[in-house]
Amino acid sequence: MHIVQMRGIVKRFGDLIANDHVDFELESGEIHALLGENGAGKTTLMRILYGLYHADEGNILVNDQPVAIHTPKDAIAAGIGMVTQHFTLVPTLTVAENLALGEKGSLTLDIKQVERSVAEASKRFGIPVKPDVLVRHLSVGERQRVEILKALYRNAQVLILDEPTAVLVPQEVDVLFEALKRLQYSGLSVIFISHKLHEVMDLCNRITVLRDGKAVGTVHKNDTSTKQLATMMVGRESFGVTRQEQRVQGEVLVTIKNMCAEDKKGLPALRNINLEVHAGEILGIAGVSGNGQAELSAILCGMQKPSSGQIMVEGQDLTGAEADVICATGIGRIPEDRHANLVGELSVAENLVLDHLQDYVKNGILERNKIQQQAGKLIKDFQIKAKPRDRLRTLSGGNMQKVMLARTLSREPRVVIVSQPTRGLDVGATDYVRSQLLEQRKRGAAVLMISEDLDEIIALSDRIAVIYEGEIVGIIPNSEATPEKLGLMMSGSNIEKRKQEKKRVQV
Amino acid sequence: MSKFRIERAPAPMWVRPLIPFIAIPVTFLLTSALVLAAGANPLEAYYHFLISPLSNSYSAIEVLVKSTPLLLTGAAVAFAFNAGYWNIGAEGQLYAGAIMATFIGITLNNVSPFVGIPAMIVGGFVAGMLWALVPALLKVKLNIDEVVTTLLLNSVVLFVTSFLLNGAWRDPISMWPQSPEIDPGTVFIKLIPRTRLHLGFLLALVVIVIEWFVLTRTSFGLKMRAIGYSREGARFAGIKVNRTMLTVALVSGGIAGLAGAGEVAGIHFHLIDALSDGLGYSGIVIATLGGLNPFGVGLAALFVGLIDTGAQSVSRALGVPVYLGDVVQSTLLLVTLSLFLLNNYRIRKVEA
Ligand SMILES: Nc1ncnc2c1ncn2[C@@H]1O[C@H](COP(=O)(O)OP(=O)(O)OP(=O)(O)O)[C@@H](O)[C@H]1O
Ligand SMILES: [Mg+2]
Repeated sequence: MHIVQMRGIVKRFGDLIANDHVDFELESGEIHALLGENGAGKTTLMRILYGLYHADEGNILVNDQPVAIHTPKDAIAAGIGMVTQHFTLVPTLTVAENLALGEKGSLTLDIKQVERSVAEASKRFGIPVKPDVLVRHLSVGERQRVEILKALYRNAQVLILDEPTAVLVPQEVDVLFEALKRLQYSGLSVIFISHKLHEVMDLCNRITVLRDGKAVGTVHKNDTSTKQLATMMVGRESFGVTRQEQRVQGEVLVTIKNMCAEDKKGLPALRNINLEVHAGEILGIAGVSGNGQAELSAILCGMQKPSSGQIMVEGQDLTGAEADVICATGIGRIPEDRHANLVGELSVAENLVLDHLQDYVKNGILERNKIQQQAGKLIKDFQIKAKPRDRLRTLSGGNMQKVMLARTLSREPRVVIVSQPTRGLDVGATDYVRSQLLEQRKRGAAVLMISEDLDEIIALSDRIAVIYEGEIVGIIPNSEATPEKLGLMMSGSNIEKRKQEKKRVQV
Repeated sequence: MSKFRIERAPAPMWVRPLIPFIAIPVTFLLTSALVLAAGANPLEAYYHFLISPLSNSYSAIEVLVKSTPLLLTGAAVAFAFNAGYWNIGAEGQLYAGAIMATFIGITLNNVSPFVGIPAMIVGGFVAGMLWALVPALLKVKLNIDEVVTTLLLNSVVLFVTSFLLNGAWRDPISMWPQSPEIDPGTVFIKLIPRTRLHLGFLLALVVIVIEWFVLTRTSFGLKMRAIGYSREGARFAGIKVNRTMLTVALVSGGIAGLAGAGEVAGIHFHLIDALSDGLGYSGIVIATLGGLNPFGVGLAALFVGLIDTGAQSVSRALGVPVYLGDVVQSTLLLVTLSLFLLNNYRIRKVEA
């Protein structure tokens, strides 16, 4: 039986067709993946189902009954819940208060009672959350659990998850998948968007592929392979980049000495970091999210100050330098959070030149033609799905990331600081970005790459430094790196061992 | 059968500039009850509000006179708002400009207009900048909310004005709380003889054009807009957020200061307590009505100037209170803001 049917959905943004007569069917009790390149229209289709956008054509049936979904309220009433790419929780409220928001009922709110029922729901659905903590104090993974529980708490029969695993560490992904499989067993239907094909194969029953706004087909997991899915998505089969082993060992371009830093709450986040990055190498920083990577990246980008230590780049002391100083040195920076670090209300073209405006200004006046031309060129080179004049915020998640990459790499920086380079990118774009990073290395740039994706770390890095609780617990050459070994280091096992040995010696 | 339904979807881009014009009839419908209550015929009232000021050249010019300070305070506020600096202090900065202009005007003696007029303009601008300096520094150095500080300084400047007018500057002849007259060489020249339209109007138009150019064509303008939209994104892109914001705040204060200098040098020729009576606050309304776009601000200022002139003609002709003009102006703001909000929805016919 079909719990949801979307028929002939068309959605236009100006002259762009984001969804072009898409048919989509969700069976009751299945986990159904939506796959497609960046900008293929996955998010748009789901926003239509959840009442955030309205289709220009087409209709939606829930349990074979036509329904009119104009707002998320209508969707919730029809038993549809959605966890969007960007969370919608109110950080200053508690978990229970967030879940009570938007509930109808009496004007007064018995928060104790809500907390009890949230705790009860948490147990019933097997999604552990603490009802009385402030959302602000939760990690990304925990916030996501709250979002999911919020949907279930409102009796969702259909749960839409838009790239839920992009923000999770592998362990959290496992927890999420277990919970989803359990919920599926008790009758929930799930629509799951991801760019990671192995996740899709692991979790889902059926897979629908979108391409350029059209649904190109729906396949059963058992009848397909990651290769076939990739072909359906982008029209070619094999993926992966190869790193040339030999390289010239260049001089040291980046030196970080005894650097310490605190996190937003004032707790130590980085302890005595010592790193060197050479010209022509990629130094990978591996680690489970939340072990100091965010602070490391923020400091190197000039968005945060270290509490002690020294940073030297090409002989220049950049310890505690502000973003504008770092930017002026021409260091290439690709941060993890592109939403915060681009300007959504400005155009794509403006964003593409914003960090080196001096090249596009004569006597203080913008050279607008030159800016448009540069934008046209980068859009082509980096295959960004956008027009120069589009507002940046209308781009799909992956295309925003490409804008950041294009802006940075097009200037051929000598030093590149990059964090989670392929998060949220489709397979094709992932390949493209990785090959671009290797290109930088070949050019002789020093690349410091922070990533939580072990495959990516191993595929690209010449040396791998593992970070655990704010410390570099080991640096190994690529030739010695295996996922198992890195995994052990990332879980801090060798550090714990060392600590125990120390204790024994003391006793 | 078909029904209509409202749904969330942004209206096409070209609708935005039309909104203020749609707002006008709506506002008049809403306020006609008040006009009736005041014992007048709404149609007649709106004739006086909108048409009669334009029906003869004298009062049409008076509309431009009334618009002159509004153009400047509107431009001042819009400039700051574009960079996300919420300058609520145009009123105070206007008075600061007026005080400085008065000081220059009564200090100089028998000066040539070629010296006197530029001195008034520069003096007004600098004084407005100085009055904006402290909140701006507090904002960039200590991150103290500029909304509060700029607003507080508005009351302070009124005390300063009172203090001067009841002390050092009290007119020695009439003993009124008003300053002595400024030197004729510092008086703004008339654009049209035998009217009150003075150089300040031209100055305001020039300011509007320059502001538009800076905002849309210069790298400084792009940087300040980037800051206004996303401070973090701008900072990441290497824009010196604090320095840019400081410059914007000072220039905004300077433009408001020009308005004050213009009122002294072009209209009153001396300082009085009630010099402005809310011109700075109207600037906020105008900047908002104009969608923070300098040309939009220009139109909005002319329109508010029209209503202000109209309010007097209504009250003269029909005997309703002048405050009706204020009510119409406030209602217009509310209606426009609501329409900007409704702009995110559209009405759609659905087959049932
Ligand atoms: N509000 C909007 N205004 C204009 N264009 C939009 C808007 N939302 C989406 N688009 C465009 O529609 C297309 C589809 O976007 P959508 O976000 O659905 O892609 P996606 O498949 O979710 O991609 P990703 O994997 O990168 O998240 C894109 O080209 C995007 O630029
Ligand atoms: Mg998406």
